[in-house]
Amino acid sequence: MTTAALSIAGLKKVYADGFTALKGIDLEVKEGDFFALLGPNGAGKSTTIGIICSLVRKTEGAVKIFGIDVDKDFAAAKRLIGVVPQEFNFSIFEKVGDIVEVQAGFYGLSLREGAVNTEKYLKRLGLWDKRNAQARHLSGGMKRRLMIARALVHEPRLLILDEPTAGVDIEIRRSMWAFLEEMNQAGTTIILTTHYLEEAESLCRNIAIIDHGEIVENTSMRALLGQLTTETFVVDLAEPVAAAPEVPGFAFRQVDAQCLELDLTRGQHLNAAFAALDSAGLKVMSLRNKSNRLEQLFVSLTASEGSAETLVHG
Amino acid sequence: MAESTPHLSPAEAKSTLSADWVAFRTIVIKEIRRFLRIWPQTLVPPAISMVLYFLIFGTFIGSRVGQMGGLDYMAFIVPGLIMMSVITNAYSNVASSFYSTKFQRSIETMLVAPIPNGVILAGFVAGGVARGLCVGAIVTIMAGFFVDFTIHSFALTVGMILMTAVLFSLGGFINAVFADKFDDISIIPAFVLTPLTYLGGVFYSLDLLPDFWRTVSYFNPIVYMVSSFRYGIFGVSGDVPVYLSVAAIGGFVVLFWTISLVLLNRGTGIRA
Repeated sequence: MTTAALSIAGLKKVYADGFTALKGIDLEVKEGDFFALLGPNGAGKSTTIGIICSLVRKTEGAVKIFGIDVDKDFAAAKRLIGVVPQEFNFSIFEKVGDIVEVQAGFYGLSLREGAVNTEKYLKRLGLWDKRNAQARHLSGGMKRRLMIARALVHEPRLLILDEPTAGVDIEIRRSMWAFLEEMNQAGTTIILTTHYLEEAESLCRNIAIIDHGEIVENTSMRALLGQLTTETFVVDLAEPVAAAPEVPGFAFRQVDAQCLELDLTRGQHLNAAFAALDSAGLKVMSLRNKSNRLEQLFVSLTASEGSAETLVHG
Repeated sequence: MAESTPHLSPAEAKSTLSADWVAFRTIVIKEIRRFLRIWPQTLVPPAISMVLYFLIFGTFIGSRVGQMGGLDYMAFIVPGLIMMSVITNAYSNVASSFYSTKFQRSIETMLVAPIPNGVILAGFVAGGVARGLCVGAIVTIMAGFFVDFTIHSFALTVGMILMTAVLFSLGGFINAVFADKFDDISIIPAFVLTPLTYLGGVFYSLDLLPDFWRTVSYFNPIVYMVSSFRYGIFGVSGDVPVYLSVAAIGGFVVLFWTISLVLLNRGTGIRA
């Protein structure tokens, strides 16, 4: 039986102003997993990560990293974690290489080990050429990669990334996904929070959704996506139409003269929809999902009556 | 034991003691590198201002003053000016560095790492002491151009300057913990440290003061530091007994260290 990489029990956080960010959550992430922790802004994701990394003091509950209680042996537990925070948190006047090497020193690595690992991870993240540049001269994507290199320099077994690809262009984002998949395949357990649900869907095997300080869903990505009962497709037509076609069993809606929307429920097939459009004399140029599948589920699971307080605590 | 386990990462394979030492050394090197990188702000200004003090108070005015506390006036002010530069630089180094670390949130990189709070505190204090001693050495060299002196008690001189640098580094740390904006780390130096230093017997002997103000001056801790430091250099009895100075500064160091560590353990100003 493998030890859980992360085990959280009854975790509660009440901030000094009385706001309850976490209402006693339980969560387990298995060793080797690629795990998504999702939730709307202010749901409690960053608070949870902050407590795991000891940046935030918990009010109640227990956190174990590979079976080590962070309250009982904080040093052993911390050595196993690498964290990539949401906000840039390095001195912009320091050199890229120094930032990573200093972090190695914070984890007790000798100068030589620190230098070797700094070179290894700066090269893997495409920043070796920038090692002597001050961090302020890096682009946004480079700064994100710098924080990943820094988090990996002591070679943690659990890597926690809080929105690592925020503000990064699609090309760099995809290269970062490939890198993270490689790390995961090499054995590093990864926990990811992100607002790009496509990112979570394509990378993560298991998922927890947190909302208003509670876990509202905790399952495998496959099982979660299996809950989808309806998918909405957007159909682009070759020729304009005056109105949406009346087709028995399918509810087409007209978006504009050459574009239709179609809700397809579980059990219905796209073949039948195409056949119906064909018999109506309409030629389909292209077809796409209206939104990401996970996004649809996410919205339905976290739909709420809107709370102003979520704007206060990130 | 740990080294023989094949799956341990480099960080996991370290003993706590050796990891703590490396972490301490890393913080100190980082701090020294910081004040050396900005040397026009950290090292040059105190050298210039102290040369001006030596010229104006020592040479131009001092030649008219004659003797003070059993010494030529120029010699009399040297220990106080060295001490003044150590105090202000040790204090401002830790205050500005720790506040910047908070402000830029790079403190998080230490808090997520397995570094005990005592090691973090010791690292910042050692950085402050390093800058204080560095500037103190520059001012001492400058003083050598204006006055000849040999050190009467090397142990007392070095001990006093080290204790003073540690104490004011701790003061700067406490200031930075409570600071919410950059202005907050200049208030104490401007409104507390500078007046205490100028009124701390740097430029005059307490014997010149009326009884009331002399008594008031004995509540100024800097009087003890300057007086004992002057004794350490010249061997001339100062305004207060040396043993009392050592005990008082040592007591304050213990008190400030305890306060700083409690603040760090509570996460005041750094943990939500």
